[in-house]
Amino acid sequence: MQDLSADQQFFRGTTSKFLDEQMPTGELRRRRDTQAGFDEKYWHRGADLGWTSLLVGEHLGGGTVSGDGLVDLSLVAYEFGRHAAPGPLVPDNIVAATLAAAGTDAHAGLIGDLLSGGSIASWALSEPPPHDRLDDVTLDIGVDGGDVALNGVKRPVESARQADHLLVTGRTGTGLTQVLVPTDAAGVSVEPMRTVDLTRRFDRVIFDDVRLPARTVIGEVGGAGGQVERQLQMALVLVNAECVGAMQTGFDMTLEWMFDRYSFGRPLASYQELKHRLADMKTWLEASHAISDAAAAAVGSGSPDGAELVSAAKAFIGEYGTQLLQDCVQLHGGIGVTFDHDLHLFLRRHTVNRALYGTPAEHRQRIADLVEQQKGVVA
Amino acid sequence: MSTDEIENVEAFRQRARAWIHENLRPVGPVALSLRRERSDEQELVAVARDREVQRMLFDAGLAGICIPPEYGGQGLTPDHQQALNDELAGYEFAMRLQVPTFTPCLAVLLEFGTEDQRRRHIPAILKGEEIWMQLLSEPSGGSDVAGALTSAVRDGDEWILNGSKVWTTGAWWSDWGLCLARTNWDVPKHRGLTVFLLPIHEPGVEVRRIEMLNGNKEFCQEFLSDVRVPDTDRVGDIDEGWTVGTGWMFHERMLYNSPLVTVPTGTTRGSASSSSALDVARDAGRLADPTVRDLIGEARMLDVVGEELQRRIGDGIATQTMSGETSAIGRVFVGVVAARRMTIQFEIAGAAGAAWSDDDGELTHCGTDFLMRQTSCIGGGTIEMARNVISERVLGMPRERTLDRDVAFRDVPRASSR
Repeated sequence: MQDLSADQQFFRGTTSKFLDEQMPTGELRRRRDTQAGFDEKYWHRGADLGWTSLLVGEHLGGGTVSGDGLVDLSLVAYEFGRHAAPGPLVPDNIVAATLAAAGTDAHAGLIGDLLSGGSIASWALSEPPPHDRLDDVTLDIGVDGGDVALNGVKRPVESARQADHLLVTGRTGTGLTQVLVPTDAAGVSVEPMRTVDLTRRFDRVIFDDVRLPARTVIGEVGGAGGQVERQLQMALVLVNAECVGAMQTGFDMTLEWMFDRYSFGRPLASYQELKHRLADMKTWLEASHAISDAAAAAVGSGSPDGAELVSAAKAFIGEYGTQLLQDCVQLHGGIGVTFDHDLHLFLRRHTVNRALYGTPAEHRQRIADLVEQQKGVVA
Repeated sequence: MSTDEIENVEAFRQRARAWIHENLRPVGPVALSLRRERSDEQELVAVARDREVQRMLFDAGLAGICIPPEYGGQGLTPDHQQALNDELAGYEFAMRLQVPTFTPCLAVLLEFGTEDQRRRHIPAILKGEEIWMQLLSEPSGGSDVAGALTSAVRDGDEWILNGSKVWTTGAWWSDWGLCLARTNWDVPKHRGLTVFLLPIHEPGVEVRRIEMLNGNKEFCQEFLSDVRVPDTDRVGDIDEGWTVGTGWMFHERMLYNSPLVTVPTGTTRGSASSSSALDVARDAGRLADPTVRDLIGEARMLDVVGEELQRRIGDGIATQTMSGETSAIGRVFVGVVAARRMTIQFEIAGAAGAAWSDDDGELTHCGTDFLMRQTSCIGGGTIEMARNVISERVLGMPRERTLDRDVAFRDVPRASSR
């Protein structure tokens, strides 16, 4: 991101240095088969560096670096992408932000635990196919006297096995409702899923008549549409920033490789065909930085063009980031598809993020809706 | 002038707004178009109106916002220019005077011209009296601008120019050109060039129009036969034309992003069309088709990303966190995206892209625009050259080998002349 203040640069640098030390790529490989992909100490120390507190106001123990917590957090997300770092950065922060914005005094303790890293929360939005599309939520949240009852399945839910709470987005009648569900509540079962990301974990969560007091509803019953849209936009900002970080690392590694690798007595960097490939990749990379930053600033400040910018960012970065990272593989040749080479760690991070919170095609459709609204065209 | 003496931007904006509402005609969205849209007569009327609008702006103190007062300008800031651009949204403007007259030509005069040249031409440009063109490309040269074959030979206080220039937009209704010519054949190519000011409608200059494949005839080729130019019309030192040329091409790359140009905010900068994918889809009755909506979203996505990319590059260059050569990244993006936009519209148009009726609305443009698709990747320097700039000067990859380095230009191999 351009125009960072000295404080922001220091803040980003601290996370970068921490991840350099704690999560070198060898360490990521070593954690390949661990259950969480990270340990408590790592997440606590990350929380000390500010990873969990940026979307929460100072009166609840949070605070920002620049006055715009989402922009600050996008700097952390960028470093997560650049290092392919483990940890539920996106969903944990989204839940904290929503509790801070729409929760009650009773949530202050939990918010404190999330901020300190002592507890983890995740957001359960997506559902099994064919209901894994954006805006397609079917999990039923019924109101029964003073209780709510949840029935349905959510997947993929990031780090559900590590989470103490899930913010579950469901449907009550025609409207959306969100409930904060303790993962040890009766009727909740969590099953691990497989994923291409080496460092993150996703689960399937089944809600079988999970009954909770109505006070566990966050926001309005049947009226959570705006809240969910806000969460979605913030999550998109963060996964986009992660993607740009992963693209940056892949690009840097590949550019270096172009100078190091010789074929037919010349460095790869001397072949015009390959130079032009790198020029295109650099163009996509800079464009991705630009749109990611613009979307972060717009969503962070609540600007009306945030919805379009963040979808444009997700659609562009999803599509062109894939192209960039797969080109990185191509330019590395056979070594690019080995486990020993680091490149796949970043390809994995980007590939998973491309598919989460709406595919590029879904976001292009959202943009088309917005264009139509702006132009006031009647079909 | 110290900053506190400069008219405050908000006051300037109010003054500009009042004047614009009072004096200029409201228009729909304006496209900077390469379509065949007007007859020659209509084009000449439009050129005359552009000159008239420019004169009105000048008389109102709204011309040459960032140009020093000693040359007839306002001596204000890019913020004032932006305010004027904002206020002009929805109103006519002197479209044909912006590029290439204001940038790169006026910018080159300002940077490299003599005091006399500046005082003679810049006020005339600001009054709409002189429209300038770039006599830069040559039929034989392609992207190798420094390989100019047009020659200038010294004859006392004059120079005699012979050769041919091409791709000069609107030369048939323009007044002056900035001309790059070879003055020394015995040194390597970059060291034997000189830049001249050249009146276009002088004896010895034959302007021939080029018909493009869509019927547009805006581009011209000029044939120079013993054209005499006084030495006082030389820009920069003899044989130092490449120094001028480098600045020239920087200003050219700025295009409509230059603070010297006046262009209403929101004007479509696509090279062929203002019609959006949405308009085409509406006229095709395909707004409800999900595959079409995907394409509409893609077109808009590329526009939005392009705007943010240009902003990032512009800010990066302004704050010197990026080199000036980074502008080549914007060049590649704009070219590729404009071509993609044409493809998207052709795709949405369906069979109407192949055969259409006059009452098909936006669909009527899609077939010919698609034929012209690559224009955006060629004009103003091909994107292949921009990719070389990115790879070599931004990423530091090795330069392509050339066979004309350190060789006297007369000994450089070239294709047989046409």
